Amino acid sequence: MDMEVESYLRPPEIEKPPYPAKVVTLATGGKMVVRQVDRDAVPTLLRAIKPTVEIARDYYDVVGARLYAELIGWYRYRVRDEFCLVGQIDGLLVGIVNSRSYSPHTDISLHTLAIERGLRIGAHLFASKMEYSIEYLGRDEVLITAESPIGFRRWMIEYGLEKREGQHELGGATPYALTREMYFKNKARLVAGERPVPKEIMEIAEREIKIASERDIREKILGAAREIQ
Amino acid sequence: MRPVVIAGVGMIPFERTEEGGLVEMLATAGLNALVDAGVDDRPVDAVYLGNMASGLFNHQEAVASALVDSLALMPAAAERVENGPASGGSAIKNGFLAVASGFSDIVLVVGGEKMREVIGPKATDIVATMTHPMAEYVYGVTLPAQAGMFARLYMTKYGITRHHLAQVAIKNQNNGLLNPYAHIQMKITEEGILTHPQAHINNPVVADPLYLYDCCPVSDGAAAVLLTTPEIAKALKKPQVIIAGVGQATDTHALQEREDPTDLKAVTLAAKKAFEMAGAQPKDIDVAELHDAFTILEIAESEHAGFFKKGEGAQALDAGVTQIGGKLPINPSGGLKARGHPVGATGVAQIVELVWQLRGTAGKRQVKEAQTGFSLNFGGFGNNVLAFVVRREA
Repeated sequence: MDMEVESYLRPPEIEKPPYPAKVVTLATGGKMVVRQVDRDAVPTLLRAIKPTVEIARDYYDVVGARLYAELIGWYRYRVRDEFCLVGQIDGLLVGIVNSRSYSPHTDISLHTLAIERGLRIGAHLFASKMEYSIEYLGRDEVLITAESPIGFRRWMIEYGLEKREGQHELGGATPYALTREMYFKNKARLVAGERPVPKEIMEIAEREIKIASERDIREKILGAAREIQ
Repeated sequence: MRPVVIAGVGMIPFERTEEGGLVEMLATAGLNALVDAGVDDRPVDAVYLGNMASGLFNHQEAVASALVDSLALMPAAAERVENGPASGGSAIKNGFLAVASGFSDIVLVVGGEKMREVIGPKATDIVATMTHPMAEYVYGVTLPAQAGMFARLYMTKYGITRHHLAQVAIKNQNNGLLNPYAHIQMKITEEGILTHPQAHINNPVVADPLYLYDCCPVSDGAAAVLLTTPEIAKALKKPQVIIAGVGQATDTHALQEREDPTDLKAVTLAAKKAFEMAGAQPKDIDVAELHDAFTILEIAESEHAGFFKKGEGAQALDAGVTQIGGKLPINPSGGLKARGHPVGATGVAQIVELVWQLRGTAGKRQVKEAQTGFSLNFGGFGNNVLAFVVRREA
């Protein structure tokens, strides 16, 4: 690799304080660890994202393909100031979210991918990345758009986001913003999680990011084949 | 009246469908019932369709005519029966009367609704059009809102807590895991939806004191039964599961006009009529399918139908009486809470489940030695209710 050329291509990065891991108790009673991962985790995460790019339901294909590209871009130093949080239950990856910083005041929410459905995993992970941007990185606002009706309901309606002029980095629909004030107004209602994560639960999460088989991922998203009578 | 046998049953899985329209869903369920009955080339005399609001949900009317054509059952008579969320029950009652009276020999009853074609708030609004237009709807009343007010009064009067409501949700979602036709296939825990300090984030309030997991999902789905005479059923070599009792009763349209809003008079009267016609009593019932659109309704209906004294339904629930394996399993299918509630389909789906139970073909959720079943289809907010007693004859 020609590091001289590479030095022109790699974006500079802003030093970020880490996101402290937390544990969310789901409706099933299951414990989902939400934690930050670094670049090294990307190849593992891509294995979980790959099957989603062929699932049209609820725009998984659009979200999956874009998230796949964003994570590769981050892994290979072509996206500036990206961060990624994951959700794991007993080590198994159940969801991924990513964002990037646009300025010291503003973050841009990129994607939310829930592999387990029906448990608000996407909503919990989205809330976690808002928590990171506002509470730990000290941003004043996060710019958000939605690619699916579910996303629109979860973000724009549940948080009561403000419409903004211009375009979101992802293009698409009107950009919206979650401001610091709106975040704290909604926090008790929408942001879950307890810290610190019990040692034994954290150890399982950190030991290995387990990825379900491609078939299982498709079934988790589309519903399992039913043996009807 | 002639006895009426349920000779065939069919369903499609309840879910949020991605492909196919309403008529295709109805036809598939209807075809499943025809195949199950094995009617071959015997003519179907009539088709009754239970459907609440195809015009509003799907921009399609005259659906019974489309269905009979889709199934190539012409020149069978065909009509849609509308009675809100009890449309399915009303369609079965009409089919029953046609066979019992001798007017028809073979009748196909289909119930179905495709609700997920519209977004959630729109679906809630469409269902709310059944409320009183001037006394309720105009003020923004919805069915969850009515159920919330009812729940608050009922809980206060009879000492029911959110723990009891959660127990209904947990039981029925557990049962749904045993039913491949159920929309919701997910185990939930009391910690996750009620007792954990952050459970309110998983389980947000819908209409206090009802939370998300107290409410049935909005579903697409269809179910069908084939009704005929004992002689024809015998020739088809089908088990003799008969409709032994039918009851229907109404109450005031606006809840505010009821003497005691916690008294579900139409449930009591419909159940009483069905039991009287069947020559049965609540203690004779082996399995029941009740209309748990909201968790509080399963408890209240179990009392008003006569299975438990007023105020004792929650104790029975706590004691495990209503679980599969208990003395009176309620909603082994998962009920509306887990199987789903495509409004026009529900009354028919309840009967399908009872037939599977009485035939002994309900799989992992089978209630042992079930001979007599009861269903209750609750229209409006209890203002038009149907009850059925079905029995397996020797």
